[in-house]
Amino acid sequence: MGPDTRAQAGSSSNEAEVLGPADIGRALVRIAHEILERNKGADGVVLLGIPTRGLPLARRLAANLAAVETGVDAETITGSLDVTMYRDDLAHQPTRTIGATHLPAEGIDGRLVVLVDDVLYSGRTIRAALDAISDLGRPRAVQLAVLVDRGHRELPIRADYVGKNLPTASTQRVRVLLAETDGRDGVLIEGEGR
Amino acid sequence: MRHLLCAKDLSHDEAVLILDTAAQMAATQSREIKKLPTLRGRTVVNLFFEDSTRTRISFEAAAKRLSADVINFSAKGSSVSKGESLKDTALTLRAMGADAVVVRHPASGAPHRLAHAGWIDSAVVNAGDGTHQHPTQALLDAFTLRRHLAGGTGDLDGLHVTIVGDVLHSRVARSNVDLLGTLGAHVTLVAPPTLLPVGVEAWPCEVDYHLDSALAAGPDAVMMLRVQRERMSGAGGGFFPSPQEYSRLYGLDQRRLAALPEHAIVMHPGPMNRGLEISADAADSARSVIVEQVSNGVAVRMAVLYLLLAGTRTPAADDETKVPA
Repeated sequence: MGPDTRAQAGSSSNEAEVLGPADIGRALVRIAHEILERNKGADGVVLLGIPTRGLPLARRLAANLAAVETGVDAETITGSLDVTMYRDDLAHQPTRTIGATHLPAEGIDGRLVVLVDDVLYSGRTIRAALDAISDLGRPRAVQLAVLVDRGHRELPIRADYVGKNLPTASTQRVRVLLAETDGRDGVLIEGEGR
Repeated sequence: MRHLLCAKDLSHDEAVLILDTAAQMAATQSREIKKLPTLRGRTVVNLFFEDSTRTRISFEAAAKRLSADVINFSAKGSSVSKGESLKDTALTLRAMGADAVVVRHPASGAPHRLAHAGWIDSAVVNAGDGTHQHPTQALLDAFTLRRHLAGGTGDLDGLHVTIVGDVLHSRVARSNVDLLGTLGAHVTLVAPPTLLPVGVEAWPCEVDYHLDSALAAGPDAVMMLRVQRERMSGAGGGFFPSPQEYSRLYGLDQRRLAALPEHAIVMHPGPMNRGLEISADAADSARSVIVEQVSNGVAVRMAVLYLLLAGTRTPAADDETKVPA
């Protein structure tokens, strides 16, 4: 999200699809199992997607959890967390539109929050998300699931669950497409690698 | 958007963006921790040359909820009472590094002068100037209308809003006619001919001299305006024969309240003259949204400050102000 995916791609327009719909589906099934394995079940798990594309990913992960674990209702463990107002780069970019934050009815106090985003890049979005969470409640723990980790971290942040590690040059641009927002699933890399 | 001076300056899309942003801001205000770090390090100056309770407090709350520093300046007890000009006051603010100036002034056009004279680089928000404009009031009214009558999204297409009372002295009425028209609502002004300004026939609205016939048309919302006696010279100023007669012909009382459609809401920008333009029955009835208007005011002003201050300034907009003071 944010500047992570909006990095300059240079003038080159060549793009390569690195993950297809089936790859994304498999990655999300694996991550759902990893979440259950690491936390010994889905007890108290809340999936918070960071808009725009973290939210459909969180919904899919919740559906995967519900498919393998009994007593999990995908709808009640999913929420969205908009981090726009917590970003540290607001003054360096054109004004951003603020997205919606919806938490599950039970809130996040004492629960295990799994943040879900599409691309992990500088880590600044996640820093903003951690600040946003601390204003909303006090979870038992916070974990991070991302579809793509493209490296180039600027903060000491790492993901607990990664769909695909994608070594990239900072001049390249990683685009995640999802059926819910873009009409089809896919992960593309644009621009020349160095 | 660089300044917010006039409701007419807002395009349909800009107005809807402000309302959408305000809806997200309102959602944050029901949380336990209402403060957001968004405008940390920014300074907002409230420059009030005219008395105000709710607008000043509302802007102050909005700025503080976004973590901006707030400096309150009122003309009373400042160097203005020693004869300092608007320009010198503005230069003082510039020296103090204000990022936004929220200005209320008894002279129509003062915020425009402040924004365009090149005295300051800050964003200027008009918080009411003379009998000209009060755009954030119109935005909070539109937000309230949208929440109650349009499902909380989009614009106000097809809604019928009747604005009653002292239109002549009302910047609220002018701003609302502009903004509600932009958002697709149909506005009817109701007032005695003495309280309508010259040229009102050119405004994008209808005019009626009789409240009862206007209410018979079944408006979705009725907005009562305050009779601004401080702007009328003399006791009644000759605008109407007596307060009793005004109240009987143009006041929202129990009978007229009962004549409103089931879903209609009652609004008032405040402060109310209870017993003059609005009866206590109407002001305290279940369909009155007057108190909610105040809380919506904070959300709308947060949205305006966010949209004016959070992003980068374009170099072009900055050049515009680089006129030597």
